[in-house]
Amino acid sequence: MFVNQFLILAAVLFCIGVYGVIARKNAVLVLMSIELILNSVNINLLAFSMRNGSLDGHTFALYIIAIAAAEVGVGLAMVLLMYRNRRSIDLDELSEMKG
Amino acid sequence: MFAEATETATEVVLSSGWFLEHAWVIPVIPALSFFLIIFFGKRMPKKGSEFGVASMFGALVFAGGAAYQWIQRVNGAPEGAFISPVVKTWTWWQNSGVSFGIGQHVDGLTVAILLVVAFISTLVQIYSLEYLRGDRRYTHFFASLTLFSAGMLNMVVAENMIQLILGWEIMGLCSFLLIGHWWEEGANSRAALKAFFTTRTGDIGLLTGTAILFFSANEWTTKTLGVSGFSIRGLSSWALSGDPGHAAITMGAIALFIAAIGKSGQFPLHTWLPDAMAGPTPVSSLLHSSTMVVAGVFLVARVYPVFFKGMEILGGSANFIVVIGGITIVIAALLAFVQTDIKKVLAYSTVSQLGYMMMGLGAGAWLPAVFHIFTHAFFKACLFLGAGSISHSSSHHSFEMKKDMGGLRKFMPITFGTWVISTLALCGVFPFSGFFSKDEIIDNVGHNGYNVFMYVGLAGAFLTAAYMTRATYLTFFGQPRGASAGEHHEEESHDSHAAHDDHADHGHDAHDSHDAHASQGPHESGWLITVPLIILATLALSSGFLNALPFGEKFENFKKWVEPSAEVINPTGIAYVVGGIGEARIASETPSEESGHSKSPCGTETPEQGVCAAPQLNHAPFKWSKAAMSMLIVLAGFLLSLFVCIQLYEKKNKKFVGLTERNKVLGFGYKLLVNKYYLDVLYEKIIVRSIAHPISAAVYWFNQKVLDGVVNGAGTTAKGIAGWVYRNIDQRVVDGAVNGTGSVAQGAGSALRPVQSGKVNQYGALLFGAAAIGALVLVIVNT
Amino acid sequence: MEVISNHNWALTVGTFLPLVGVLIMLFIPKAEEALIKSVAIATAIATLAVGIYTMVQFDFGNAGAMQFVAEHDWISVIKSSYYIGIDGISLPLYLLSMVITVLVMIYSWDHVPSPGNPKAFFILMLILQTGMAGTFIARDLILFFVFFELVLLPMYFMIGVWGGENRQYASLKFFLYTMFGSALMLVAFLALFFKTGAESFSIPFLIEEGMNISRTTQIWIFAGMFVGFAVKVPMFPFHTWLPDAHTQAPTQGSVILAAVLLKLGTYGFVRIAIPVLPEAAKAWAPYIGGLAVIGIIYGSLGCLAQTDMKRLIAFSSVAHMGFVMLGISTLTSFGMNAAMFGMVAHGLITGMLFFVAGSVKERYHTLEIKRISGMLLQMPKLGWILGFCAMASLGLPGLAGFWGEFPAILSAYQPAPGLSVNVFRAYMVIAAIGTVFAAGYLLWLFQRIAFGEPTAEFAAGHGHDEDLHDVNKFEWIAWTPLLIAIVVFGVYPQLMFKVLDPAVGVTLKAFGG
Repeated sequence: MFVNQFLILAAVLFCIGVYGVIARKNAVLVLMSIELILNSVNINLLAFSMRNGSLDGHTFALYIIAIAAAEVGVGLAMVLLMYRNRRSIDLDELSEMKG
Repeated sequence: MFAEATETATEVVLSSGWFLEHAWVIPVIPALSFFLIIFFGKRMPKKGSEFGVASMFGALVFAGGAAYQWIQRVNGAPEGAFISPVVKTWTWWQNSGVSFGIGQHVDGLTVAILLVVAFISTLVQIYSLEYLRGDRRYTHFFASLTLFSAGMLNMVVAENMIQLILGWEIMGLCSFLLIGHWWEEGANSRAALKAFFTTRTGDIGLLTGTAILFFSANEWTTKTLGVSGFSIRGLSSWALSGDPGHAAITMGAIALFIAAIGKSGQFPLHTWLPDAMAGPTPVSSLLHSSTMVVAGVFLVARVYPVFFKGMEILGGSANFIVVIGGITIVIAALLAFVQTDIKKVLAYSTVSQLGYMMMGLGAGAWLPAVFHIFTHAFFKACLFLGAGSISHSSSHHSFEMKKDMGGLRKFMPITFGTWVISTLALCGVFPFSGFFSKDEIIDNVGHNGYNVFMYVGLAGAFLTAAYMTRATYLTFFGQPRGASAGEHHEEESHDSHAAHDDHADHGHDAHDSHDAHASQGPHESGWLITVPLIILATLALSSGFLNALPFGEKFENFKKWVEPSAEVINPTGIAYVVGGIGEARIASETPSEESGHSKSPCGTETPEQGVCAAPQLNHAPFKWSKAAMSMLIVLAGFLLSLFVCIQLYEKKNKKFVGLTERNKVLGFGYKLLVNKYYLDVLYEKIIVRSIAHPISAAVYWFNQKVLDGVVNGAGTTAKGIAGWVYRNIDQRVVDGAVNGTGSVAQGAGSALRPVQSGKVNQYGALLFGAAAIGALVLVIVNT
Repeated sequence: MEVISNHNWALTVGTFLPLVGVLIMLFIPKAEEALIKSVAIATAIATLAVGIYTMVQFDFGNAGAMQFVAEHDWISVIKSSYYIGIDGISLPLYLLSMVITVLVMIYSWDHVPSPGNPKAFFILMLILQTGMAGTFIARDLILFFVFFELVLLPMYFMIGVWGGENRQYASLKFFLYTMFGSALMLVAFLALFFKTGAESFSIPFLIEEGMNISRTTQIWIFAGMFVGFAVKVPMFPFHTWLPDAHTQAPTQGSVILAAVLLKLGTYGFVRIAIPVLPEAAKAWAPYIGGLAVIGIIYGSLGCLAQTDMKRLIAFSSVAHMGFVMLGISTLTSFGMNAAMFGMVAHGLITGMLFFVAGSVKERYHTLEIKRISGMLLQMPKLGWILGFCAMASLGLPGLAGFWGEFPAILSAYQPAPGLSVNVFRAYMVIAAIGTVFAAGYLLWLFQRIAFGEPTAEFAAGHGHDEDLHDVNKFEWIAWTPLLIAIVVFGVYPQLMFKVLDPAVGVTLKAFGG
């Protein structure tokens, strides 16, 4: 099916994203992985939207893109500050929140 | 303004006049003057005394005008007709439909007493100009004196009981202020307090009596006369109408009489009056002998029908009033013998004379009693002012007869002369004024069947002659002693009356006129003092002729002008004339030959139509034999007393000196008298002390320990319970539960703590793991 | 109820204007004391002006009817509305509260008690004013209750913060005792509400419906109200908070407490308890009368036992309010008029006495009667004012006190039909004896404080001369109106009876006059 390809693509991207989030220590890479996850969701939404002939999916996708942009903006700013303070963006060193 | 009497078949038009119609102005003049003195007195050249004297002159002129026009009114009316009083009333306040007026009720009694009060007040104020010269509270003194006159005059013109109470209490206040005029001395302020407190105790009766009479009478008076149950006219007529129930009028009369006992120093509430002599002498002269203390007598005379019916006067047996009056005459006269203070002798004499008035009223001798108020005012005021004159000019402000007086007749001829005239009047010697009033009382008391009390009266006359002789002897005869002999006692300054002297010490008035006297020795007083004395002595000598019974009916003017006629009248106050259309006068059933006019049913029966304003009273015919007997008794008292005095004080006869210490019976009597029958002990030490100390302390203990204890106990208990609840329930059960929740949460928290590693990747892993499990569950559930 | 006058904004403004003043004062820094005081006094005067406007616009010919009526929905859930109005009974008390507030504030200009902080002190007085005025105009039970309670807090703080040494105890006692009464009162209000069909809290409505409640229920409901109001009056045996509160309160607090707060209780009886529950009132009247005369004698005896001037005056309040309650308990318009007059007269006279006591305390730094003597020599004006007030308080005719006392005694001779005549006549005699006691303790006080020579401690040249100055400017301004009012109402009582009489007649409709 025409849809399946999209779904498989999305699943692959998602997995890559999850891997990146869990395994990478570099904060910038983690952020990019999150982008991947979000975009994989977007692909899914658009695919089902095309299939069902409804515009809801598009709307959601656009919304997520906007949110993602904001999120990356904030995230990068944080990373920048982190770097400025610690000269490092290694996430393993950031364990002040430990309970 | 002139007499204008028109007699028609059914009504009599009575003349009136501006002064009669405006009698209410009389108390207003001194009242205004009081405020002038209070606000501007200190700034005036004469320190406010000019306002006082001027206002009293004004009141006197108005009172004189009213008296003149009243006489015109009486003379213009037919013989024996009822002269209706000139009544005016304005609404003062209203309460639930009952309106209370303020106004005037002017009749013969009113004008007589108005005249006396205004006259004596004027003289006393003039006298005080000299007597209190340089006193540090000169302005206050005149303010109080003027306010007193306003109060008394207001009481006399009062249209109703409320207005009367107003005047009555204002007098009480002024009495308090004036007795305590030199309040730096504790004794004076205590005497002031005692006077106020004692009369106030009597006033319980005034308040309750007024209440009883008002509620009993109001319906009848409103319906019949269109006036409230407070109105004096209404109460008088109501009492004689047959409407009142026996209990109500008796209770009302007894209650009012208790007020009169307090105010007029009757036994057993007379004890305040001698103590009241702590005030300046003009005060004693004005308030505590001639005017204020007769207020009680005046009250009885004013609403006489209430007492006449309530106490069953002329009912054949002794009543409350006559008994109290009789007791008072004797006990007070006896007390006068053991006094060494000249003012206290006069004070007890006043009490005794007030007893005569009361006894007269109680025995149906209304007119002689009222006439005695009139004459007594002149001679007793004269005696007091004489005593003041002595202390002012001769004895250096001491009133001690034994210690500081004696032989003064040579130094003070005018004072001595006026004193003797007044003394003779007081003793009731013919033809001095006292004879025509006091002897008449005794005579009428006997005539009305109260024989025992007639003898009491005669005994009183004997005692009066005796104690006055003693006082006169000690003061004016023998050798000068103490201050009169020029000595200056150190201890004098401790004497309560000498407080007068101490004022210079307080530094308010720079000049002290008194010290000048000490060096001069005894001398006659200045004209401001002697002129009032002479005027009063003249009246003590002559005023009796206003109602001189022995000289026939032409001399019975006071009776004609003052005594209300006991006619049946219609409610508007106009007499029904015998034989007129619709006549209501009932022919007298037992025409009394002795009383000049036919007997009216008033007082004994209920008028069938119309109302009565005064009860029918009898008048004893004058007999020289009776007069001679009482003269002999007076003479005996005089001689016996003179003999004893000479033996005791002049010759120091061993038989007499110290007799009271040797003879047990006499010693007991003497001790009883010196201690004033222990009444003061009873009142001050027992009653007042017990109320002021143990009882109030007990009440306060109750308040603090019991009532407040309950409150505090409730508080403490509540706090205790709260504490228990807090410890046991809140802390253990509720808090236990709460704490349990807490520890569970804590345990769970520490168990889960490792999860919170602080590492973003781990969080991400957990998140996705959880999401994966969630997805798995979803898939399983949906398939 | 029809609207008689279209000036019905006047009452609302008159009641809440003080709160506007409070709002303004909140924005003024604490340090600007003069400005704070000026604003507060200006507010009080403006309030009084509104009150006087109300009086001028008041239709005296129709004093029995409610005027300036305003009614709006308020808490519709419980059917309570903002319902206010004023009649002949409320008017004198409404104005009294305003006048007293102004005078107390003027007095406070240079008499702020320690520990200072005029801002808070004046704010509390303004809030108090709102509470007092509101109580007298409320025509809805819940509204009444709210105002009634609103008064408590400022007074609590006044005593607790600016009071004497034992202020904590006194203020707490005052607060808790009154709250206790109020709680029972609220229960009674609610019972009344539900027994009349839970339709409205409006007093006129309850007067209509209250008669239909069974007698026994009425008696129980009345009991609740009785405790609430009797604590406030205070009647024997609920009076014990009063001496403590008065003794510890600052002068201003004592004056307001005596002059106005005590009247809230008696006003409650006249306005709510008696007209709404006529049957119960009849059943309770002999007991109320009995407690009243016990209070008269008891209060007087309590006075005689005192060594502290202020405490003595406080006990005299118990005695005087006894006369007021005796008048009320007769359930006749005669007695009720007397009671209403007595309330205002007592407010003027006892308020004045507390002012004097405050000034005595300020000068001598003690109120112990034993230690003070010869005041007339050192401060003649203050001494004579004390004498004048004592005379007014003991009921001298011609001064205001008499017209509350004497007609109350008089009315007891003939209580409303259905009440035991003999019992009330006995009360009359006891009350009359009470007047003698009144003379006793007041003159005794006056004699010991004012007469005689100054005690050695305070004699000239013993370091107190500076303090012992005569009446000053602010005292004159604050006192003169009261002194004049005492004389004016004493000489011409009709001024007040004229207003009271028709309104009392309406209140007592249920008793047939």
